[in-house]
Amino acid sequence: MTEHNQRRYSDISGRAILYALLGIMALYYLLPLALMIVTSFRSMDEIRMGQLIDWPTQLSLDAWRIAWDQAQIGARSEKGLRPYFINSLLMTLPAVAISTMIGAINGYVLSFWRFKGSNLFFGLLLFGCFIPFQAILLPHATVLGKMGISGSIVGLVFTHVIYGVAFTTLFFRNYYVTIPGELVKAAQLDGAGFWRIFFRIMLPLSTPILTVCVIWQFTQVWNDFLFGVTFSDPSSQPITVGLNNLVNSSTGERRYNVDMAGAIIAALPTLLVYVIAGKYFVRGLTAGSVKG
Amino acid sequence: MSQTLTSSSQAVRTPAPARSPADRIAQWIPKLVLSPTLVIVVVFFYGFIFWTGLLSFTNSRMLPSYGLVGWDNYVRLFNNERWLVALGNLGIYAFLFIVICLVLGLLLAILLDQKIRAEGALRTIYLYPMALSFIVTGTVWKWMLNPQVGLEQFVQSLGWESFQFDWLVNPDFSIYTVVIAAVWQSSGFVMALFLAGLRGVDDSIIKAAQIDGASRFTIYTRIIIPSLRPVFFSAFIMLAHIAIKSFDLALALTGGGPGISSDLPAIFMYQLSFTRNQMGIGAASAMIMLLTVIAILVPYLYSELRVKKHD
Repeated sequence: MTEHNQRRYSDISGRAILYALLGIMALYYLLPLALMIVTSFRSMDEIRMGQLIDWPTQLSLDAWRIAWDQAQIGARSEKGLRPYFINSLLMTLPAVAISTMIGAINGYVLSFWRFKGSNLFFGLLLFGCFIPFQAILLPHATVLGKMGISGSIVGLVFTHVIYGVAFTTLFFRNYYVTIPGELVKAAQLDGAGFWRIFFRIMLPLSTPILTVCVIWQFTQVWNDFLFGVTFSDPSSQPITVGLNNLVNSSTGERRYNVDMAGAIIAALPTLLVYVIAGKYFVRGLTAGSVKG
Repeated sequence: MSQTLTSSSQAVRTPAPARSPADRIAQWIPKLVLSPTLVIVVVFFYGFIFWTGLLSFTNSRMLPSYGLVGWDNYVRLFNNERWLVALGNLGIYAFLFIVICLVLGLLLAILLDQKIRAEGALRTIYLYPMALSFIVTGTVWKWMLNPQVGLEQFVQSLGWESFQFDWLVNPDFSIYTVVIAAVWQSSGFVMALFLAGLRGVDDSIIKAAQIDGASRFTIYTRIIIPSLRPVFFSAFIMLAHIAIKSFDLALALTGGGPGISSDLPAIFMYQLSFTRNQMGIGAASAMIMLLTVIAILVPYLYSELRVKKHD
């Protein structure tokens, strides 16, 4: 065997090991999701009779139906996860829209209309990305009460906007500083004002960062549990709280198929967003943390 | 709004210093627009932190009250066995979580960076858990790690009768199950960070090293990995931050149990403040959590700002 051939042989086996490793890791990440999906389509009889981890002998939608609108969760009269799912939608959509809008305008001001102290302001705001929310939970509960919106979806939207603005501003500011300031100056010379430059020039240029920001906020707000469990009452609880109640507080036999169907229902919107717009999701995650 | 639009455009068009009332309003627009956020920052960020700090020095129980009691709550906090368990758990959990995520993330990133055919698909698979809620992750792993019905029972049924994996219900090991689930959820994110970093490494240096006859291993350990230092740094900050805030995952997975064996500061804070009517102690524990975050964050922000000044 010539040296050249030997080299190629070791290269090929190296590649094989590489792909095997990557494949095993892929299995590790996929296994829980696969088990969730498979189990949600099995009937409780089947689970009782045999293995918990097994293929379904026939597709049963019972677990999905029960999780969606038949399971008794806590003491509430409306059954299933459906009301929680609706609450989450009602909470997430306005919270995402409002916090993204505020972030865009803030980023625009902090990039093109700087004033004395605007950098300090940005620095102070940035810290908001890192506050452990436990440090604001108690006063926020008091203030929501004083405002008369505690335990309501409006209160939750308000909360998510307040504590989302730091991130949304960061996204837009870091995006806008890469746009040359001459663009704004030229528009000013042409007589365009603050709002016209924003709506006619900046916003049309912002599609990528808008996508990143909306996806980030959607995932954050939809997946939140701490605010949901602290600032809601039974009529306004989001899906994460509903799922936790379904899994942890129901009495009697554990219905694993229902738990798994419920978990998929809670995860579906963010998973869909991830599958459709994964590229932007990753960009949001890595925004500001990797330089260069 | 149309009025402000015309007035502001006039303000810019006239080169002379702004004099008329309309011009002065135009100059104020940017600051006016920022003012709601200023209120958020001053009141809802720093004001509330200060308020929580104040509560930690009061005798608040179920509702806030303002009888000052000095450092009492902190003394009681650090004499509370449960808090000490929670802090110890946070130490174990944060250390393992951060180290495993960094190692696994770097490894996956390097493997993926070898011109892999299905890179996009694999990346998607490694990262998707990050899109899930911690409650969902907790629900799934709680079931898989349950010895009676999950993996232990499954492996036993395959014929390995003596197989044991009861960490979820074993007080000595329950905190490690939180690590397992948290690593599953977050390691893909670290992989994405490192992969972005790897793609940013200067190719010419690597080519030069190859010409000098350096092996692939040497190139990685001597050139590429050291150049990823900033990525290590920011990944560390993100992971530490996730670890300190960890609340929902442990709550859904173990509920802090069995007993208090997998309790974490965030769970402790929530329960004392909202279900045990010990708001003063809850506020004190929140302040300790905040101080921990600040201790990690200040060096980071300092270096970030220094870099910006250099630009």
